[in-house]
Amino acid sequence: MSDELTDLYQELILDHSRHPHNFRTIDDPSHMVDAHNPLCGDMLTLYLRIEEGRVVDASFEGRGCAISMASASMLTDQVKGCSLEEAADLFETMHHLLTGTGSPEPTDLGELGALAGVRHYPMRVKCATLSWHALKAALTEGEPQKVTTE
Amino acid sequence: MGLDRAAQCLPAATRTSRWDPGAVRRDFPALQQEVRDAPLAYLDNAATTQKPQAVIESIARYYRKDNANVHRAVHLLSARATAAYEGARAKVAQFLNARSAAEIVFLRGTTEAINLVANGLGLQAEEEVVLTHMEHHANIVPWQLQQARSGATLRVLPISPRGELELEALQGLLNARTRLVTVSHVSNVLGTVNPIRALVNIAHERGIPVLVDGAQAVPHLEVDLQALDCDFYCLSGHKLFGPTGIGVLYGKAERLGVLPPYQGGGEMIRRVSFEGTKFADPPQRFEAGTPHIAGAVGLGAAIDYLQGLGRAAAAEHEQDLLRYAAERLREVPGLRVIGESPDKVAVVSFVMEGVHAHDIGTVLDHKGVAVRAGHHCAMPLMDFYGVPATVRASFAFYNTREEVDRLVEGLHLAREMLA
Repeated sequence: MSDELTDLYQELILDHSRHPHNFRTIDDPSHMVDAHNPLCGDMLTLYLRIEEGRVVDASFEGRGCAISMASASMLTDQVKGCSLEEAADLFETMHHLLTGTGSPEPTDLGELGALAGVRHYPMRVKCATLSWHALKAALTEGEPQKVTTE
Repeated sequence: MGLDRAAQCLPAATRTSRWDPGAVRRDFPALQQEVRDAPLAYLDNAATTQKPQAVIESIARYYRKDNANVHRAVHLLSARATAAYEGARAKVAQFLNARSAAEIVFLRGTTEAINLVANGLGLQAEEEVVLTHMEHHANIVPWQLQQARSGATLRVLPISPRGELELEALQGLLNARTRLVTVSHVSNVLGTVNPIRALVNIAHERGIPVLVDGAQAVPHLEVDLQALDCDFYCLSGHKLFGPTGIGVLYGKAERLGVLPPYQGGGEMIRRVSFEGTKFADPPQRFEAGTPHIAGAVGLGAAIDYLQGLGRAAAAEHEQDLLRYAAERLREVPGLRVIGESPDKVAVVSFVMEGVHAHDIGTVLDHKGVAVRAGHHCAMPLMDFYGVPATVRASFAFYNTREEVDRLVEGLHLAREMLA
């Protein structure tokens, strides 16, 4: 079997997709963004509770492929506790990682590095970036709270 | 349905010899390659088909030798280009058994053909159009645009869980305000062959014209437009082993004759002055500007190629692949086929318990098996079945049983890895 395939679907990713973390709503969220990939039908809602410039809770609901579900699950784990600035930096880092436009060492990112395998699959990058675009919309003042990746 | 099908598909033609996909495959350069270290198994023919060498060569030859604008100049190359372009039109007319080449309009594809009719009808607020629950977005959205402009009403003919039209419900949807019934000949997701002749009869009893989206039908069925008796029929060249960017709108002469121009420009006029313009008759009325001449030539070459193959034998081989695929897919645990009409072309959609269609698509890609995973531009149909996406394997006459085996192996792998 191809290394790239096992790299993409490594256990960590499969675990997150089968048993996504923070897969729930937040009562009274400060931010709620619907994200939709019209090409494949993946859709999710990202919920954030931001208090005094810090993400105190993050969760999501939705349905989609293993990559989009795992990516959203990891995002909610990682973004909890971040300051707004740290969260924005995290988006930038992940965007570069997933689109292959930068070269941060995956090891610097902990679990998130596992998503780097998607770079070899141009048709699947948008699955991995969907939740991250939702995060960016939530963090950006005046952005519509509905994002699509096309 | 059996009788109806017989009217739609001409009886077996000439060839009775055994089908040899190996020989046919050699006509298609793109099938000769390896992808991801495996021979390409191209099972995405409902999205677009591969092109035989004869089509590729016809386009190159046209540009090398005959290239000129059509219907314009007096020089020899223009005469050759015009003859090639109009010759392609005549071939399409003969291929579909239209009454005349003047009923064949060259456009970019099925989508543009449907848009042309939708625009040309000039729907009014109180009027209605009937479409079906299994339509491709190309046969939904153009009507919604007209609905938004005019306030007209769209009515949807329901389908059964097996994926067949509820034809008995059609009568109840028609009334004095119905301007058109629009329906796909073959569903791009389900593979269902719809009973067009029966549907046309119901609509025509009330004097209502019928548009048929034939994009998925012409690659598989022998279509006889006079037998179908529909008023409009649309197809795309690239799904018929021809080039992209060329398609056909067929309209009965009396129907095309009353449609206004779709775009204005050269080629579509009889006389222009600043006081006003007299438009040309169909089909030129709908072909403003320099047309896709090379595309039409390529489509003509594709038709020649298909007719040379023996279409009845090709269809028989495809049906064998469909039966074989249906049988082998039953071996895969947790797999559910969507679309179970007994009257199908070789298109199989399915979902797998616990594994998303896109992940299956990626695993199959790794085995060199190209399928489509997604909503197939038929989101209302996905909603009907309660799935976000399906995997679709769609076959052509050049596919083989071995490729079906590779599909099934890939599905077992996807299940082991991901379920």
